[in-house]
Amino acid sequence: MKPPPFRYVRPDSLEEALALLATHGDEAKVLAGGCSLVPMLNMRLARPEVLVDVNRVGGLAEVRADNGDVTTGAMLRQSAFERSPQLRGALPLTAACAPYIGHFVTRNRGTVGGSLAHADARGELPLVLLTLGGSVLAESRRGRRSIAAEDLFLYHFTSALEPDELLTDVRWPAAAPGWGYGFAEMAQRHGDYALAMAACALRRRDGVVAEVRLGLGAVADRPLLAGEAAGVLVGQSLDGAAGDEAVREAASLAAAAAQPFEDLHASVAYRRQLVSLLSEQVIRQGWLDADDRAGEGGP
Amino acid sequence: MSDHREIAVTVNGRRYREAASDRMLLSDFLRQRLGLTGTHVGCEHGVCGSCTVHLEGAAVRSCLLLAAQADGTELRTVEGLASGDRLHPLQEAFREHFALQCGFCTPGILMAALDFLAHNPTPTRREIAEMLSGHLCRCTGYAPIIDAIAAVAGTGTTPEVTS
Amino acid sequence: MSGASASGGWIGATPHRVEDETLLRGRGRFIDDLSPVPGAMHLALVRSPFAHARIRGIDTSAAAASPGTLAVLTGADLAATGRPLGAVIRGATEHHAVAVDVARYAGEPVAVVVARDRYLAEDAAELVDVDYEPLEALVDPLAAAEAGRVVSDRSFRYGDPEAAFAAAHALVRGRFPFGRWIAAPVECFGVIADWDHAADSLTVWANFQGPFTLHTVAAGALGLPAARLRLVTPPDSGGSFGVKAGVFGYIVLAGLTSKICGVPVRWIEDRVEHLAASGSATHRVTDVEAAFAADGELLALRYDVIEDVGAYLRAPEPATLYRMHGSLTGAYAVHNVAVRNRVVHTNRCPTGLNRGFGGPQLYLALERIMERGAARLGLDPVEVARRNLVPPEAFPYRTPTGGLYDSGDYAACLDDAIEAVDYEGLRRRQAERRAGGDDRLRLGIGLACVVEPSISNMGYISLAETAEERARGWPKSGNAEGATLAMNPLGGVTVRLSTVPQGQGHRTVAAQVAADVLGLSPADVEVQSEMDTHVNAWTVSSGNYSSRFAGIGAAAVAEAAAQLARKLRRIAGDVLECAPADVELVDGQARVVGQPDRGVSLRRLAGAAHWNPESLPAGLEPGLAVTAFVSAPNLDPPNDADEVASSAAHGFVVDVAVVEVDIATGEVRILDYVTVHDAGTLLHPRLVDGQILGSFAHGLGPALLEQTVHDDDGNLLTGSFMDYLCATSTEVADLRILHRCTPSPFTPLGAKGLGEGNTMSAPAALANAVCDALGLDGPDLPLTAPRVWEALAGAGGREGS
Repeated sequence: MKPPPFRYVRPDSLEEALALLATHGDEAKVLAGGCSLVPMLNMRLARPEVLVDVNRVGGLAEVRADNGDVTTGAMLRQSAFERSPQLRGALPLTAACAPYIGHFVTRNRGTVGGSLAHADARGELPLVLLTLGGSVLAESRRGRRSIAAEDLFLYHFTSALEPDELLTDVRWPAAAPGWGYGFAEMAQRHGDYALAMAACALRRRDGVVAEVRLGLGAVADRPLLAGEAAGVLVGQSLDGAAGDEAVREAASLAAAAAQPFEDLHASVAYRRQLVSLLSEQVIRQGWLDADDRAGEGGP
Repeated sequence: MSDHREIAVTVNGRRYREAASDRMLLSDFLRQRLGLTGTHVGCEHGVCGSCTVHLEGAAVRSCLLLAAQADGTELRTVEGLASGDRLHPLQEAFREHFALQCGFCTPGILMAALDFLAHNPTPTRREIAEMLSGHLCRCTGYAPIIDAIAAVAGTGTTPEVTS
Repeated sequence: MSGASASGGWIGATPHRVEDETLLRGRGRFIDDLSPVPGAMHLALVRSPFAHARIRGIDTSAAAASPGTLAVLTGADLAATGRPLGAVIRGATEHHAVAVDVARYAGEPVAVVVARDRYLAEDAAELVDVDYEPLEALVDPLAAAEAGRVVSDRSFRYGDPEAAFAAAHALVRGRFPFGRWIAAPVECFGVIADWDHAADSLTVWANFQGPFTLHTVAAGALGLPAARLRLVTPPDSGGSFGVKAGVFGYIVLAGLTSKICGVPVRWIEDRVEHLAASGSATHRVTDVEAAFAADGELLALRYDVIEDVGAYLRAPEPATLYRMHGSLTGAYAVHNVAVRNRVVHTNRCPTGLNRGFGGPQLYLALERIMERGAARLGLDPVEVARRNLVPPEAFPYRTPTGGLYDSGDYAACLDDAIEAVDYEGLRRRQAERRAGGDDRLRLGIGLACVVEPSISNMGYISLAETAEERARGWPKSGNAEGATLAMNPLGGVTVRLSTVPQGQGHRTVAAQVAADVLGLSPADVEVQSEMDTHVNAWTVSSGNYSSRFAGIGAAAVAEAAAQLARKLRRIAGDVLECAPADVELVDGQARVVGQPDRGVSLRRLAGAAHWNPESLPAGLEPGLAVTAFVSAPNLDPPNDADEVASSAAHGFVVDVAVVEVDIATGEVRILDYVTVHDAGTLLHPRLVDGQILGSFAHGLGPALLEQTVHDDDGNLLTGSFMDYLCATSTEVADLRILHRCTPSPFTPLGAKGLGEGNTMSAPAALANAVCDALGLDGPDLPLTAPRVWEALAGAGGREGS
């Protein structure tokens, strides 16, 4: 389990990094936290000619807040979402998923951008970014573009990034008054890839759901938004028997929207069952969380 | 191996400069080039945790890093925990609680636990277990390891290590 | 924490482990830390991607030209200078260290690359071009039996099972498959081999664990007289749990490679290799039938067992099947047993030792059928167990299959366990929950009563052959161990063990034992645990398996120390002018009993023996080094009726598992788990509890998570630690441990082995608990959430559907 030969380059600046990617294109791989790439190298499942280590590119791990968004640099380590009070406050859904990303030690090294660019259909961060309706910035020598989360994840392990593009920033819509969040996943062991997961962002106004996004992870070749399921919740109070009914209906629509696969660990039917349970759970979390926040004296 | 480059690192306060190929893993560099064999290799895909060391103060898997990535950095390995005759309090707690048997996974767990305690000085047993779930130990059944970490948590004896 | 025990001796005390400080400082010396010979070249192995394929040809030219590559060898190259690995049963598929002509499991070595470092060796290995013709693979043990790939088919009959079955009030039967699972020590295999052409001998450093029967097998395959195979183990080994017995095949591989290439070589197994090809527990399918009287008395048992040992019968297999032969009736006083054992080949990795070794498979079947029997009879499982336990007055108790249980009070252990969990209260809570409305969380209680054999009889394996076949060979029996103990001129003591510890703390315990016998402190005793077959005192049964250290390994130390003590007393008697029998060794002194002022220091006696042998009593041999061997009693070869005392000592374990099953998700949560042990005298209670905790985790793994899975074509699906789900700290439940102590009359220190009992009991207890919660017979292990949920769905109990 030793990596195949490659050339290692470590640019110090973004310009240099982009020039390398422009030159080597498909032959290059960007090395961020290495939590997914290096195992693949060690098993010789990945064979880049050039490895572009962006860990020392300046300015890629900064956090900025503006216009209701929080922008995090791609090289921000995953552990920051657990540790930074600022991020925990502004991005509660991201913070909620953080403890489920791998393990304590891998979160020290794993990066937010690496996780998104890797586009693992079982990744927590892709699911949360999609659920929040965030986006990423991709830069190349050809220019800079924003890619919405909906357009970023094409299929398992494949993102919309071009070979010469570097994911530089992640734009997360920040928590706002009236919004509540829920995240839940089921894995066989703590820290494993989930068998299924769900995330919810829900805005509550005048005692009913004003707006809601329900995301599903690990149950298709990319994270999904369960739009139809979310639709049945809008305009509903989720309290009482009618609310229970709406949540159950949404959960069952979510289960139907999932496109899970069977593998060594679990069947399609089981994963659908989980989608239903987890959806129910995160919708309720979102509803209650929104209520709590409203109680804090939002506008 | 081609593409040899000089790697300069400070490990446990001592400076080293040794050659490595571009693809050499940091775990192999520490063990084979620097002779620091306390860092163990158990899976080379980032799961077992045996190879955990500190890179610029943070616990990381050295099998998931290239030696070249560590160039110019400061590292700490299990060999750097004790001071002279005195074991580090966490090492002492491991001995006191019979928290090791074969001892192969132990260095990685010590390094992870120290970083963990630096961020969470008074963890619950559940939090310790969640941190520890990133490490495989096939001997102890884990409970004595949790006991040892819990015993030093909150005693104020850990910060010296991460300083 | 340190200091002598309450009784004043070191045995039973809990000193810190002498092993720990070195390991905690990162100064352990594991195989991959050693460079015992300069210039060792690194090996990488080319392994078959197919479970079954003819090797039509191997083109090594591109690989041989790869940078840093010294040589590329094929199976034919190795076979030309070595011999096949010997098997226990004649007629098993011929097995070479590297496949010749046909590869029979995915992961089997087919070529060896020798290169300057492991990176370059792996580069070259990718360039070895093997022309495979895929053949049909056989993966399922039942299909293998049907296809006639049976290596051994033996039937046994004890008592009168037919009459007992005919007279039974109730018959229950079931099929209990126990899939493959692996030991997965965190350190993989490692071998450094140095062939000396001048002496035509081989020195090998390897993290092998014994048994040293396999030294003989390796020497045979290397074409060497055993005296020219020097096998050395490193001071430290990163766990084994049985699997490192399998290192011997790679000792042959590396040894022959070193011979052919004329250089020392080094092979360090990586994790992918380990998961694919190191060895697993057997896959066993047990059909069991039990006959009960109306009052719950167990009248007879009938087993029909199919044991998958994989593509080759690797020594010591089929030992997994026969290790428990003397204990097929478990903890129960039942006299009628019928058994059919079939050993089959499949296209999967050869099996081997794994903690519990045959026990988990046996007790899953036996304890599940006891639970089913109770259900059928409308009785409580605890009452049915109690009705049948071997009573305390029956010891030593001869089982119908020939086992000789040394001592115990099984019913008292059961009572302790029942009280500790508040069994009655649990049953009440369970009934209340069942009566209540919300039944999503189901409570289940599972019991397992297991006899834990230790110190294996080397002869039991020969049961795989008939009495007539056995008569043609040498009879095999016993389980002997040696130790060497020496006193230096200053009175310090060194001990050399041949028990090859892999983390169990043998050095700590050996120091306690020697200290007690010699009237010293453990700090005065330095213990070495490296095995060197040219130096140590060993027998074929030496090594670290069948939980034999406490019963026999420590006993060898005690015996060597006792012999040295006798000599010291003779010298002291001469100096103190008293009878040697009146001398006691206390606090580093030899004293006249009852006269603490009349004494002489051991240091002075040792000095006299070393510096002035002329002063020794007439007829006393000079020198203060003793090598002693001990063998456990009662371990005869199997008799003509196929009865065998398969182990020397028998501990007893009662587990009660209390679980909650979420039927919406299939998740199994352990709410409480109590284990009661009787392992005789405990030499170091903290190390004992450590063994119990580890053994429990090792049994919880295959019960809830761990399984080695191949697809129908024999491809491994659990080839990384992402898919082979080792139990971690968040899955291993808290364990409550209780002890009773009935010393063994058969071991010198009264100690019984105890490192495997919970690996045997936990799968049965957890399966019983989950089945109790669900009111279902399934699913098969491991009881993962998806599998539990599917079992419920299959039974029509799926929520919301």
